[in-house]
Amino acid sequence: MSRIADAFAASPNGKAFIPFVTAGDSTLDVTERLVLAMADAGADLIELGIPFSDPTAEGPVIQDANLRALRNHVTTDDVFAMVERVRACSDVPLVIMTYANVVFSYGIERFAARQAELGMGGVILPDVPHEEKEEFDVPFSAAGLDVVSLIAPTSHERVRAIAADAKGFVYCVSSLGVTGVRSQITTDIGAMVSLVKDVRPDLPCAVGFGISTPEQAARMAAASDGAIVGSAIVKLIGELGEDCIEPVAAYVRDLAAAVHGVR
Amino acid sequence: MGNSSASRGRFGIHGGQYIPETLMNAVLELEEAYDHYKNDPEFNAELADLFNNYAGRPSRLYFAANMTADLGGAKVYLKREDLNHTGAHKINNVLGQALLAQKMGKTRLIAETGAGQHGVATATAAALMGMACVVYMGREDMERQALNVYRMRLLGAEVRGVDTGTATLKDAVSETFREWTQRIDDTHYCLGSVMGPHPFPTIVRDFQAVISRESRAQMLEAEGKLPDAVLACVGGGSNAIGSFYHYIGDEGVRLIGCEAAGRGIDTWETAATISTGRLGIFHGMKSYFCQDEYGQIAPVYSISAGLDYPGVGPEHAALHDSGRAEYVAITDDEAVDAFEYLSRTEGVIPAIESAHAVAYAMKLAPTMRPDQTMIVTLSGRGDKDVAAIARYRGEDLHE
Repeated sequence: MSRIADAFAASPNGKAFIPFVTAGDSTLDVTERLVLAMADAGADLIELGIPFSDPTAEGPVIQDANLRALRNHVTTDDVFAMVERVRACSDVPLVIMTYANVVFSYGIERFAARQAELGMGGVILPDVPHEEKEEFDVPFSAAGLDVVSLIAPTSHERVRAIAADAKGFVYCVSSLGVTGVRSQITTDIGAMVSLVKDVRPDLPCAVGFGISTPEQAARMAAASDGAIVGSAIVKLIGELGEDCIEPVAAYVRDLAAAVHGVR
Repeated sequence: MGNSSASRGRFGIHGGQYIPETLMNAVLELEEAYDHYKNDPEFNAELADLFNNYAGRPSRLYFAANMTADLGGAKVYLKREDLNHTGAHKINNVLGQALLAQKMGKTRLIAETGAGQHGVATATAAALMGMACVVYMGREDMERQALNVYRMRLLGAEVRGVDTGTATLKDAVSETFREWTQRIDDTHYCLGSVMGPHPFPTIVRDFQAVISRESRAQMLEAEGKLPDAVLACVGGGSNAIGSFYHYIGDEGVRLIGCEAAGRGIDTWETAATISTGRLGIFHGMKSYFCQDEYGQIAPVYSISAGLDYPGVGPEHAALHDSGRAEYVAITDDEAVDAFEYLSRTEGVIPAIESAHAVAYAMKLAPTMRPDQTMIVTLSGRGDKDVAAIARYRGEDLHE
């Protein structure tokens, strides 16, 4: 059983809208309210970032969010405590996005146990490729959690092997480079997704990197099973601070409606 | 906790390839190309020609008679990487990687730099081989090393300032990785030390191993026996691994890496990774890193911009674990004293990085017998550091 795969299945049309926020940006209280508001606005699965000092896969917007959160001295334990408060009133599916060292340093088993306790789905670790996955995957699987696999436009013949033992969903990185808004996504997403589906017809695929408009989200969800939006939301949070809850919720409502409107 | 069974490029438990999927095929292609060319006689002949006729190899193994007499113990030999073209060991690695990149059909080199030595070396190789070159450098370091910034531009490279994080070497490395994920087809990341994801720690070590290949033969010729100790400074650790490599199998040769303690290993202002760090995963590798209890990478400090890095290469981490190499920490004060000592005693101004190894030689030599010998690698020359040392001594120079 996978809480993450279930989140796709539970959506109105089997397609998931997945927003990302960095925990502790601008404060953990804001993150807590954002998670609840985004769940209300139709998010099927929420990606919660644990801040890292050196987020090498992120563009400037999410880098800044990480630094803002760390300036507030947000720790892994603080993020888990916030999730515990969320769990008092919501069972929205949650997945952690962070870097290998944050999990490794906490203790991989201990991190997985804490996530399982909180009913979370697992982790996305952008600096853990297929070759290094087992070290994380074995303890996470034992705790009933998923380590999500990523594929990129450069993956080519690697996709089959990655898909073969992927868990939860496959995160399709839409473009070269780091996270951030792009006016156009030129990769043939349909072709990437069909490489996965050749091996694992039932495994959901969601597209991230560069998506910011409901039209893009709908197009990506049509070519796959979901759309992930990070930088565009984080940018709003950065600009509005404590006042971001309503505008982010409205934005997420539009994006979720676009994804759920895909036939 | 065991590493993944599919993991490649391990030194004991260290190393691996902890990088975004977007870069995986690039490092796999690099490994494949390197495995081919490292045994290719034509490639090796071209590289040897560049080493000898362009970089000025072999570098001298110089008997430091004054220092030996003054310290009153072991005979001290200096391996003079400071005499290489561009003034440091960095050129060994850069010529190898640039040649390899050219064979792979790449037309553009990108690199990180701290003090600017690796950036200058990369810009030099790019100019020589007609390749485009972009160097990432922390904004803070650009201000501290304005002369090297101009030098790189003179050589035709573009220098891009990095404002993220602490705006120093680790941020320059992160930014170069980000650039590489954006542009892979025509671009090779010419990494400057024995760090990062496999195959970089192996490739850089093999190109730097020329240091100990030469010094072993030179020492046997001069003394008729192997040295009793080999000393080198360690930041990422490329000159040290190059200095150690051909002695690793010789158990009688002590291998001693000298880390930058900054203001002391009991302070936060240090860059002594093995003395103060913990096992972690960062910049593509598992190794020791200066970090807090939640795995946030620590801002590090040393007077030496070239040793100012929060991690250490995975092979050093493994040599530390096995006990084959020893790692000691040298403070700013000790390094500056050694910088001045070698200048006055031998008429050789060492890089402040290399002065960390000289400082430990000054402690160690007097404890050894006169029939014993040691090699101290002078990884670079100290011209770049003169203004900073003057400032350290309270004098303000205008270059």
